[in-house]
Amino acid sequence: MLTLTDVKKTFNAGTINEKHALNGVSLDLDDGDFVTIIGGNGAGKSTTLNAIAGVWPIDSGSIIINGQNVVGMPEYKRARFIGRVFQDPMTGTAATMEIQENLALAKRRGQPRSLKWGITKKEREEFHELLKMLDLGLEDRMSSKVGLLSGGQRQALTLLMATLKKPDILLLDEHTAALDPKTAAKVLELSDRIIAENRLTAMMVTHNMAAAIKHGNRLVMMNNGRIIYDVKGKDKENLTVDILLEKFEQASGQKLDNDRMLFSKNAKE
Amino acid sequence: MDVLVTWLNQFANSLPGNISQGLIWGVLAIGVYITYKILDFPDLSVDGSVTTGAAVCAVMIINGVPVPLAMFFSFISGCLAGLCTGLMNALLGIPGILAGILTQIALYSVNLVIMGKANLPVSVDKYPLFVSSRHTATALGVGTVLPEVLKLLAVVVVIIAVLYWFFGTEYGFTIRATGCNANMSRAQGINTKKSTVVALVLSNGIVGLAGGVMVQYQGSADINMGRGAIVIGLAAVIIGDVLGRVILGKRFNFVARLAFTAVGAIIYFLVLSIVTIIGIPSEYNKLFSAVIVMIFLAVPYLRNTAKTSFRRAARNSVKMTSAGEISAEKGEGNADAD
Repeated sequence: MLTLTDVKKTFNAGTINEKHALNGVSLDLDDGDFVTIIGGNGAGKSTTLNAIAGVWPIDSGSIIINGQNVVGMPEYKRARFIGRVFQDPMTGTAATMEIQENLALAKRRGQPRSLKWGITKKEREEFHELLKMLDLGLEDRMSSKVGLLSGGQRQALTLLMATLKKPDILLLDEHTAALDPKTAAKVLELSDRIIAENRLTAMMVTHNMAAAIKHGNRLVMMNNGRIIYDVKGKDKENLTVDILLEKFEQASGQKLDNDRMLFSKNAKE
Repeated sequence: MDVLVTWLNQFANSLPGNISQGLIWGVLAIGVYITYKILDFPDLSVDGSVTTGAAVCAVMIINGVPVPLAMFFSFISGCLAGLCTGLMNALLGIPGILAGILTQIALYSVNLVIMGKANLPVSVDKYPLFVSSRHTATALGVGTVLPEVLKLLAVVVVIIAVLYWFFGTEYGFTIRATGCNANMSRAQGINTKKSTVVALVLSNGIVGLAGGVMVQYQGSADINMGRGAIVIGLAAVIIGDVLGRVILGKRFNFVARLAFTAVGAIIYFLVLSIVTIIGIPSEYNKLFSAVIVMIFLAVPYLRNTAKTSFRRAARNSVKMTSAGEISAEKGEGNADAD
């Protein structure tokens, strides 16, 4: 479904701020894989997702989605294959537009936009049913501006938008990090449900090791712009936070330096 | 007392003219609304493109082109001006404000070339003009004045209707989304550069059309007629916005926003006429426009800071501590610096 081969990216090349963000990332995702990605500060987790989404062009390597090399496509063209949810709840929705208008935009992701009505009556009914599923009462506020919603509500809506038109790949970039623990758990649960129901191929960056272990069928650990540990199936099910920390030190030869990750070490989820 | 009656008389006499002016500038302001409010792109091309629209319309009418066709081409010429600004921004990475300024200054030359001279009269006696200020003189009676004003009102209504339709379409949605959140728009597969250019083209096209109507109404095209147009446009947008919020509150929807933009323009010209009637020389008009825009931009900010300011915090803090045992540090130096 998704194959990354030796993807490299250097920011500010040739300057004092030069940063080798991706040093040859290779990854092969099967249809229906749900990968969680963890790693230290600046390990290249979000950068990997941005490379896939096409936020900027990569320096070398290939990114193949569904048999098609997308390296030459700008972000808006790749959107056809990709649904995304970002860390900042403000990022994923248009605040000055109505809830239903946001959904209508998302329903046309990757399609050419015509001069037909931006939202139809049939879609309104469809969105009403979908919003009910979120159980946040949003179905009764469809013509409210998204800017009036809370961070958790906006994140749930973004998740729904990202999957409204079934994406080949769903990219979740620390999408619960800005939420309070209770809301974060709810949004995570919703992510699980949507991914399972639609049998989506998904990648989730998280700083929460427990969450990374609990969710998905595969776990990838990154350091210094490389994948240093990749585990799936039975091995992944048997993982614990301690094993992960040990693996990290073995593979990278250093202590884990992600403060948020260590803080959350003992958190329940 | 006599003075007041004279003033009222003058005001009433100039009412049809001012409403007509307001409606024409309302068209321009609706164009400004698209960039300033929907696209969130402060487009200064307007000063140039309104004159371009006027110049094209004037030259065409003088050369025997039917008036409606000439007006259509003033729309097209405005579109081209917007295209320049848009392409500079999208393809060359020039910041929006600067791109607009460059277009505006370039258009000064273009407009001179189109017109051939700095001032080009288009007399209503010679040509079958769409509107003319000659026909809005109160002395002519309601029978002549009213149809003229209604024609202009019809233009505004048609433009609002078309824009209501357009911004309700799939493509209109992409422009609104681009103005609100470009990152999200790209993630939803929207080519934000393209939608930015399209919005600028549409906005300046409407501004050009306003120029085409304006030149007929005034009876001449002038190379300087667009100077400060953006400020008047912004004034109309902002006055309309504040007024609409106060009057309609939650029901201040898209159609109402556009309509109130036109109302804002009318109010601007009414206030301007009052300023003129009470004897302030017309040299001060531009200063007055700038002050109006400044006030209306400042009010929301000041209202916000009035709710929560360091000055207020210091006052509250004094109240609390003076009730207790801690002696109050008034912090006057800081309090003034909010």
